[in-house]
Amino acid sequence: MNAKYSESAEHIDVRYVAHLARLHLDDAEVEQFQGQLDDILDYIKKLQELDVEGIEPTAHAIPIENVLREDVTRPSLEHEKAMKNAPAERNREFIVPKILE
Amino acid sequence: MEYVATIGLETHVQLKTASKIWCGCANVYGSRPNTDVCPVCLGYPGSLPVLNREAVKLTVMTGLMLGCEISRYSKWDRKSYFYPDMPKNYQISQYDMPLCLGGQVEIDVDGAKRAVRLTRIHLEEDVGKSTHFERSSGVDFNRAGTPLMEIVTEPDMSSAEEAFAYLQALKRILLYGGVSDCNLEQGNMRCDINVSVRPADTDKLGTKAEIKNMNTFKGVFRALKYEIERQKKVLSEGGEIRQETRRWDDDAGVTSAMRSKEYAHDYRYFPDPDLMPVVLTEEQIHSWEESLPELPAARRARILSEYGIPEYDAGVIVADKAVADYYETVARLSGNAKAASNWIMTEMMRALSEAGIEITSTKISPDALADLIKLIDGNAINMTGAKEVFNVLFSEGGDPKKIVEERGLAQVSDSSELESVVRRVIDENPKSVEDYKAGKKVALQFMMGQVMRITKGKANPQVVVPLLKQILDA
Ligand SMILES: [Zn+2]
Repeated sequence: MNAKYSESAEHIDVRYVAHLARLHLDDAEVEQFQGQLDDILDYIKKLQELDVEGIEPTAHAIPIENVLREDVTRPSLEHEKAMKNAPAERNREFIVPKILE
Repeated sequence: MEYVATIGLETHVQLKTASKIWCGCANVYGSRPNTDVCPVCLGYPGSLPVLNREAVKLTVMTGLMLGCEISRYSKWDRKSYFYPDMPKNYQISQYDMPLCLGGQVEIDVDGAKRAVRLTRIHLEEDVGKSTHFERSSGVDFNRAGTPLMEIVTEPDMSSAEEAFAYLQALKRILLYGGVSDCNLEQGNMRCDINVSVRPADTDKLGTKAEIKNMNTFKGVFRALKYEIERQKKVLSEGGEIRQETRRWDDDAGVTSAMRSKEYAHDYRYFPDPDLMPVVLTEEQIHSWEESLPELPAARRARILSEYGIPEYDAGVIVADKAVADYYETVARLSGNAKAASNWIMTEMMRALSEAGIEITSTKISPDALADLIKLIDGNAINMTGAKEVFNVLFSEGGDPKKIVEERGLAQVSDSSELESVVRRVIDENPKSVEDYKAGKKVALQFMMGQVMRITKGKANPQVVVPLLKQILDA
């Protein structure tokens, strides 16, 4: 059950990540993605070669801030349109498999 | 062994904005399911969120009221979340750079005042609402995207009483600031509890349990009473507390462990690439500070000087913004500030608590209560009659003057009309007359009571008493 979180910069635990993403992977897929993800990590590691001395960390690549809108309402979707992609529908609600807590 | 409890609360507060946090859908309660929804709050691929300025403003105003440090730079993060009430499969929240840090809420438990320290306040989006059926769940996304402020305390409380006082004090301030309606029935305020217990002679905190999704203050109080006792019992019997999430069953009055979610705490936060950081300038923060309404302490001082009522009364009245608003209207309209506070603090508070409602839902308008006070001050009605009028007003509403007429409650002040009643009481109670003449004060009160009984409470005591004395002393 409680697969321990065992990631490091070098390695991604594919089964664990798949579980978090609620994806079912068979053994062959785990092996396939493990290789692919390791390659991606290796590639990303090139960034470590950069000298970032004196550079502030940021969450965004472009220097834009305060993208705000005024607090005004706009028409919502018509209900029928909103429900168009519902897997199932009853009493105006989206019907989904029962969620257990 | 003595045990002490440690409690921290995370309170979610829906903000009073016109539109949702990321889209222009209306932020309203009670629409038919899936009416106030659009591609953004339904989490459609390709839709993009744009931050509502008002949600930031209300959160910062809250931070200012609670003495928080306002972040000059804050950002948005995605929190992985796999439930159908959040179709994006992540909730946009603030992880390491929230809008407000620190701060505190002053509480008062039976006269003992102290401050509960806050860790932070961040802004996030509310999720949709699920209803569970036999085999399926129904989801309504009207609530999804409602701006939700999460106010996190330090593990700073040690009893159910303190937690209750904290929530009440917090609600009072939020209402004063006008940042939320704080309507608990509508889910405007919801709370997660963290609670642990440890032996009094150790410093190391015990293992905590989390009780999720509390939606009444009373429930928080009861759940804490129960959970603290449960943990004490486990520890005193040599057992161990498991770190787990528990659910409060309000009907049964117990908490029980929820089926533990695996990796429950691996939310995999990462910066939301769709949302740019919020950078606040001194000027911006200052201008929001200027727009803060009068807070309880300032209002108390003003009411004291403006209306000259006792300090105690002022304290009770400003405790609730709605009560303070009501009071000031009645005081102004009636021209009798002390009578206004007396009526509100005694009859009104009693009736409200008996009916289990807030002053905002009372049928007595401030105008009507002011009119009632004027009727008393003008001797048109005595206190006994006034209380009856009050009760009618409270249950049915209406105009006090009309009620006085309809019910024949007008005070009788005409001494010639009252004299016959007074003479009758004197004739019928020779023993009391004797007692009165022997100097017993209570005899006069008894005869006064008899006059009131015969006149069905309508006699004006200020006319009856002198009249009694005059005839008895003659
Ligand atoms: Zn929307």
